[in-house]
Amino acid sequence: MRRTVPALLRKELLVELRTLESVPGMSLFSLSTFVVFHFALNRSSTEGDLAAGILWVTLLFAAIIGVNRLFVVDEDQGGFDGFLLAPVDRSALFVAKTLTLLAYLVVLELVAVPAFALLLLGPSLGHALPGLLGVLALGDLGVAVIGTLVAALAVRTRARDLLGPLLALPLFVPIVIGGARATSPLLSSGHSGGPAARWLLTLGLYDLLFGLIAFALFDFLLED
Amino acid sequence: MSPRAPEGARAPGGARGEEGASASWCTGAGEGAGAGERARAPEGTGAGEGARTPEGARASDGASAREYVLEVEGLTRHYGEREALSGVSVSLREGRTLVVFGPNGAGKTTLLRILAGLLRPHGGSVRVLGASLPQEAFAVRGRIGLLGHDPLLYRDLTARENLHFHARLHGTPETRVQEVLEAVAMSRRCNEPLRTLSRGMVQRVAAARAVLHEPRLLLLDEPHANLDPAAIELLAPLIGAESGLTRVICSHDPAGGLAQADVVLGLREGRMVLLGAADGLDVVAISELYR
Amino acid sequence: MYGKGLRALSIATVATMTVGLVLVFFYAPLEAEQGFLQKIFYVHVPLAIVALCGFVIGGLLAIQHLRTRDPRWDMRSYVAIHMSLIFAVGTLITGSIWAKGSWGHWWVWNEPTLVSFLIVFLLYATYQPLRFAIEDPERQARYASVFAITAGAFVPMNFIAVRLSTAYVHPRVLGSTSNLPAPMALTFLVCLAGVALLYATLCKYELTVKHTRAQVRALRRRLEGTRPELAQSRPRSAAPALHPAATMSARTAGRPG
Repeated sequence: MRRTVPALLRKELLVELRTLESVPGMSLFSLSTFVVFHFALNRSSTEGDLAAGILWVTLLFAAIIGVNRLFVVDEDQGGFDGFLLAPVDRSALFVAKTLTLLAYLVVLELVAVPAFALLLLGPSLGHALPGLLGVLALGDLGVAVIGTLVAALAVRTRARDLLGPLLALPLFVPIVIGGARATSPLLSSGHSGGPAARWLLTLGLYDLLFGLIAFALFDFLLED
Repeated sequence: MSPRAPEGARAPGGARGEEGASASWCTGAGEGAGAGERARAPEGTGAGEGARTPEGARASDGASAREYVLEVEGLTRHYGEREALSGVSVSLREGRTLVVFGPNGAGKTTLLRILAGLLRPHGGSVRVLGASLPQEAFAVRGRIGLLGHDPLLYRDLTARENLHFHARLHGTPETRVQEVLEAVAMSRRCNEPLRTLSRGMVQRVAAARAVLHEPRLLLLDEPHANLDPAAIELLAPLIGAESGLTRVICSHDPAGGLAQADVVLGLREGRMVLLGAADGLDVVAISELYR
Repeated sequence: MYGKGLRALSIATVATMTVGLVLVFFYAPLEAEQGFLQKIFYVHVPLAIVALCGFVIGGLLAIQHLRTRDPRWDMRSYVAIHMSLIFAVGTLITGSIWAKGSWGHWWVWNEPTLVSFLIVFLLYATYQPLRFAIEDPERQARYASVFAITAGAFVPMNFIAVRLSTAYVHPRVLGSTSNLPAPMALTFLVCLAGVALLYATLCKYELTVKHTRAQVRALRRRLEGTRPELAQSRPRSAAPALHPAATMSARTAGRPG
């Protein structure tokens, strides 16, 4: 496992760098979504609940784009068989794919959060940034874990692009609840202090529970 | 082909006898009794070398050079209500080549994938390299090489990167990558993405991938598709008879396939209709499978 | 094999539900604030509880399926989930009626049970499309089991999360049983038992029907064994089908390697 995960990660990142299929798409999508929100809500500046909501919805939908593409290359180019024939722990694929999706989300946020601050956010981010990053980190972990499980479920079905989002969105709801509620005070003017502990705890527990479940169930999806 | 069991045959899979269509195969004696008696249904009499010896030696792993690499008995796999494979039994000793013939949809690829550990058997027993599948599949992963229709390579990576990836997965030293690249004459173009290479070159890299980890058993699904005669000759030391490896080959070429075979298995609609030593068979017998 | 005890169960269900209805209309007192409308509570809450338990049970049955690879567990899991989905729709409808009667809106966001149910419903509504999108029956069953286990674990987490998000905004409207006066509590428990029995009976009916159909198919196949041109291939379906050979092989093939 210790040897396999880096090998898988390296392959993932090499393929992504060569094809640039996921990350640029996710980032551009988030920028476009902010523009759409501006026109849809008719607001130039938002704060508090509204700002948190826009940010989280955009991040989630951009994440779904990444989820849809996560296993497509492997499925289409026979990567599963090649991996299944190797004398390795099959859960390593789950770990590697989750870390990959997590990496994509981090890059996404490097683009989306500054863009959001620039385009739609009223109060300045300065003091709230560390708290925000913490909430995003926990949320990303949950999205990565669930996204990987759902991607593996959906990729070998007939309507893969449709089933992925349909399965993922309800499962993401608790993450949205925790994430948006925690972020909302951070994005309000006149707020000081970090995010509320109860939401961090909710997110953390959710991540842990589903991380364990997904890790245990993933192998069953790989067999033919 | 009348599906009646020849004398002395054991009913495959026990409780399934009620269907009345037991596979026509031969049991019997003869370790090394390859001296070709025709082992074809419905006349099945003597034994081919591939036939299961009921009292035959159970192979234990890592023992003698004459051990059985494959021991399949009553193998069944269904797809919903359709039987993809039903009552297939065959054995293969080390260093021998088994060639599987049969029309499309006969179950050849299914059989190969089960032997590779990619599919679970639904009935019967399968032992590969002494390990029983699927319970002990982890013990044989990494000792089997598979070369099929799908090259199992990433088109956007180069040959070298693909092989390095597989080497890391299998724990093979990286020096081996250069070795196989040279063996398939791809060292010159090994740094270009595979999607820029011709189908034949990709197949050569795929063959390199299949033998990279020095497997003990090779499973080949029409390995000469997409290859020109020069390439076939090039790959012979790796995946051909000269390699000395135990091989199972699915083939559509009666003459070519028969020439390479030590043991022949004929499938039709998932059932075994032909099993025996290659010496005793001629091309006509094989062609009849496709009728 | 499956039909045993079906008649007794059905009779018990009808009896309990009848007693429950009688209690609701004639025994339980009218609630002070909401009046007659409150009586929907005796239908809405049992439906909710049974549906939730059904979803979780579906997950547990799916665990058994993955452990033993026996398709009969998958069949039970499928029936439990799909019956729970129907009960969940019932919950949403009765909850909506109650909301309209109590607050004048067909939907309220400050009732965490109702909101959680909506999310759970949206998730489980994808169960059948997921199954339908996979043609290989064995893989269909396996993927469905993975989904059922994930979703089964999701149900409680979702409730907790939604409760947290509404808790300090509005107090919970639905009181717990311990706050109910005795006559109401009794009525509630009888209704709960009735709905639970209804669920069990309907599930048993469905399992019996499916099992019987499988046996008929097996017989037909044996008849067709000599005339293969008569065979009909089964159309693509989201529901699992029991295949006698499949259940036999599950016993021989053993645990995953």
